[in-house]
Formats: sequence, C-alpha cells, structure tokens
Amino acid sequence: MKLAGKQTWVFEHDIYIQETGTAVGPLEAEGPLRESFDIAHDDLYCGERTWELAERRLMQEAIDVCLQKGSISFDDIDLFLAGDLLNQNVTANYVARTIPAPFLCMFGACSTSMQTAAVGAALIDGGFARTVLAATSSHNATAERQFRYPTELGVQKPKTATFTVTGAGAVVIGRKRGRWRIAAATIGKVIDAGTANPFDMGSAMAPAAASTIEQHFIDLGVSPADYDLIVTGDLSRVGSVIVRQMLAESGYDVTDNYNDCGLMIYRPDQNVFAGGSGCACCAVVTYGHLLKEMERGALQKIFVVATGALLSPTMMQQKQSIPAIAHGVVIEAVKEGQ
Amino acid sequence: MSLKANYLQAVKAFQPKPPYVFNSLKAFVVGGALCAVAELFANSYIRFFSMPLLSAQQLAVMTMMFLAVVLTGVGKYDDFSQFAGAGATMTLTGFANALASAALEHRSEGWTAGVASQMFKAGGVAIVYGVVAAYLLGILYYITS
Amino acid sequence: MDYVVAFIVGGALCAIAQLVMDIGKFSQMHVMGLFVATGVFLGISGIYDRLIAVAGAGAVLPISGFGYFLAKGVLAQNEVNGWLAIGSGMFQFAGAILSFAVVLSFFTALLCKPKG
Repeated sequence: MKLAGKQTWVFEHDIYIQETGTAVGPLEAEGPLRESFDIAHDDLYCGERTWELAERRLMQEAIDVCLQKGSISFDDIDLFLAGDLLNQNVTANYVARTIPAPFLCMFGACSTSMQTAAVGAALIDGGFARTVLAATSSHNATAERQFRYPTELGVQKPKTATFTVTGAGAVVIGRKRGRWRIAAATIGKVIDAGTANPFDMGSAMAPAAASTIEQHFIDLGVSPADYDLIVTGDLSRVGSVIVRQMLAESGYDVTDNYNDCGLMIYRPDQNVFAGGSGCACCAVVTYGHLLKEMERGALQKIFVVATGALLSPTMMQQKQSIPAIAHGVVIEAVKEGQ
Repeated sequence: MSLKANYLQAVKAFQPKPPYVFNSLKAFVVGGALCAVAELFANSYIRFFSMPLLSAQQLAVMTMMFLAVVLTGVGKYDDFSQFAGAGATMTLTGFANALASAALEHRSEGWTAGVASQMFKAGGVAIVYGVVAAYLLGILYYITS
Repeated sequence: MDYVVAFIVGGALCAIAQLVMDIGKFSQMHVMGLFVATGVFLGISGIYDRLIAVAGAGAVLPISGFGYFLAKGVLAQNEVNGWLAIGSGMFQFAGAILSFAVVLSFFTALLCKPKG
C-alpha cells in the first residue's frame, strides 16, 4: 500500500529529481537569491510584446535550461505536467504546443509546483511514466491585470497584500539516480476558513497549509524535528506567523525549522508588501535555492508545502470566501555512494 | 482565543491594521498640495489669459489631468498612489489615471477590443454614478422648483 | 491665502476619502462612486457652489468636483429648456473634462506601454 494514513503517498520506488531549471524577472534577480536562478531577465517584458507572452517565454526558458543542464532530450520525456495562474491556463497550454510529449494541464493556483511534482512522482511510481517534466510559472503583471486592476492604476495596497513573483520553474523527475529524492507527498484538502479579502492571501491560505502539515505528521508518524526545513509556498509575513501559531496549537513546534518562500525571495526593502506569492514563488525558491542548499549539504531533508488560493475575481465580486489548498512534497538529499 | 476554534475572530490579531492617522495625513498633504497647484494654474490662466473663473478652473483641472496621464504613461502614478492613497486617487487626476491605465493595459488586445472597450473598466464607476445621480436629482429638482 | 484654503479643503476631502476606505473597508471604486454622487447632490442643492467660492480648485479637483460639474450643467439647462434637457445639460461642463480624459488616454495608449 502506497497510501499512508489518509492523505500521504509514500513512494515504493526511488524517485529522483534529475534536473531543475528556473527563469525569473528583474525584481527577483535583484533579491537575495539571485545567484540561485539559471536565467534572470532585466526587463519585465522579457523581450516580448505583451505580459502574457513574457510569462510564456519564462516557462519555455525554464524548461529549455532544465533539459539542457541535465542533457535530457525531449525523447526521454514521457509526460509533461504544467500549470499557471491565468485563465484557461494559457501559459502551460501554449508552451505544451512545443513539447512532443503527452500533456496534462493542472491547476492548483500557487500550489501547482508541488501538485505537479507530487502527481509526476506518483505516476512514475505507478509505472505510467519513466520520466516526467513538470513546470509552472507566474508573472506579476499578468496576475495583476487578471486578478486585480490594470498595472498602472493607482491603488493603495494594504500591508497584507502580496507581490506575485515573475518567474518559472521546471523540473525533470524520473527513476534514474539523481541528486535529490522525492520520498513522499501529502495531498491537501480544500479548506475555506471564511476570509474574503483578496488583498490578504496569507490569512486565507494558512489554515490549508496547517491542515496539510499536521496531516503529514499524523499520516507518517513523524514530528517537525525529522525535517531540516519545513517551507511553505507563499504565505508571506502575515500567513507564516499564523501557520506557526496553528501548528503550535496542535502541539507541533516549528520555531527553528520553518520558513516561507515568499519571505526568502525578496529583500524586505524591495516594496513587496507582505512578501512574494504566485506559482513561481514556491517553484523558483525550491528548484533554484533550496535544492542547491541540499546539494551543498546545508539541508538533508525538507518538506515543501506549496499553498494555493483558489479564488477568482468573479467569485470575490459575488462576495464569496476564499477556498485554499496546500500540497506538500518531501525531498531528501542523495549522498554519494548511498 | 485559539485559531482552531474561531479562525475569523482570532486571525484579526495577526493582520496588520492600516496606519489610519499616517495614511490620512499623507492623503491630506498630497491631496491638498495637488489642489493648491491646480489653484495656481487657475489663477495664472485668469491673470495671463484673462479667462473667466469657471473656464480657468476647468483648464486647471485639465492641466493636472494631463500631468497625471504623463506620469501614468511613464509608469510612476501607481507608485505615487501607493504612497499618497486617496490624495492621489480621489482627485480628478486619479480619474484621469483610471482611464489612462486601463487604456494602456489593454493596448495588447488591440484598439477596439482592448483600448476602446476596456477604457472605462476602472473609471467608469465615476461616470455611471455621476450620470445616474445627476439625472435623478435633476428630475427631482425640476419637479420641486 | 486662497492657496492655503484650497490646500486645506482639498486635503480634507482626500483625508475623508482615505478614512472611509481604511476604516469603512470600502474599495477605492466604491468610494469614488460615493464621492461623485455626493458631489452631484451637493451641487444640485447649491452647497458645492459655496464651497468652490471659498476654496476654488480645492473643491474642484477632488473627484466630487466631477459630480459638481454634472450638477451644474443640469441646473443651467433646466432653467432654460425644461426637464428634457437634463441628459444633454449634464455634460455642458463635465463633458470638457470627460472628453479630454478619454482622448488623452487613447493617445497615451498609442505612445506608451504599461511598465508593470
């Protein structure tokens, strides 16, 4: 049985992350993690005509650099999994035109990075694919214009607002031995805590993150101390405090080994309100920064929980609350000779 | 109060409040300064072009709107509004920014489907409520007078 | 002196709008609509005229000034041509501002791209 407890998948085979690729926009390249990214653009348009084309280009480049770094050809890819934030997942669907592999489009809002990684690993474990390419992207301006207001409209955003990361992350997962191993994944339930403020995603998503993390501990019978780092996707300054408090209420102490990707990607003085968000936030920080830290030996075993707010502007205007979801993936560093 | 028991109440302690005093002070100073500049324009038009007061005020407003649209075009009005809040958005310069920003944003969808049909998506509120209110109150005024 | 009054009155209107947004938790769009409608009401009732006499541009430049111009046009036409002229009259003064903003926005979109 590969299902542990209620929501956790434990993979029987050794599933490895073979290679990763990341591409980011200008503000992310100015941040503290600039060295971790493969491609950094100094122009928000990334040399394209429109914002949407820029986002597509980021995803395309992340995939290209990933395959190139790992000397992987398209013939090796059995399945392509991708998703983004835009209506009809246009970035993923249009990029898939250029990928000669079967394609499943996935939407989990900002949880898409770990959703694709978990599903990819599960399909490999089940024998439905040997090698899976997973990619996700977001762009600050495409998200602004779709979910909020025109980018140039003067709006005073509150401190709880988050700043969508411009970037894309791609990862190749397979049975061939690599530097990182995907050991388990916990699939989250949709949790709606009842908040309805689209300028405060942290409060909306924190209960979903707490639910997934707790369920993971229960399903596997582990404790926070078993991980070097438990990292959430984009809870930002507001949500990361809430999730810490919620875990403490349930008796899990994550004071020393918890962080949030949205807090890591920008410097505090970069005018990003409460921190970064978006599909690319968790993707570029995990695939770019965290995996490099593991390679360096600074981290051995991490639990990455990508959080997503499943809202739409129409639902917000109809005064509906914000459902949220979180998916977690356990990644272990593979030591030499192991 | 625990987050598990009553999330919506307990979470309020974790959400930073807007700085009410500082925000309204910024709005007061910036909004006031914009109005004083508009007054300067209006007075200059009266003095140098011998305009009637109403035309001078209209032209002063248009001058301010022109400056706002230029700032929108170079991508600075949104930063200005983030700082000034209502001081920058609740003026006719903010209205000009609302139209110009929507027009700019949708140029990627072409002139008709983009710029022309989306221009009022942010500023249309002012026009619709203004016209409806003026129509209703106008009829009321006509009946009662 | 009229600069000081314009500063204080204009600043006060903006500060009120800010407080309505922050404390009342209304969105910017809601407050914009509210201010324009209030401007129309004060314009028709003649109060806004007195405010402008005191504050000049300090009362014209805030978004409620747009409502005032609509109301002023309604009043001016009403007296001459009766109630049928409400629709055409409201744009007598406001139309100058509105059409200027539309044309200017259109040509700005021709010249500039959003910077994000």
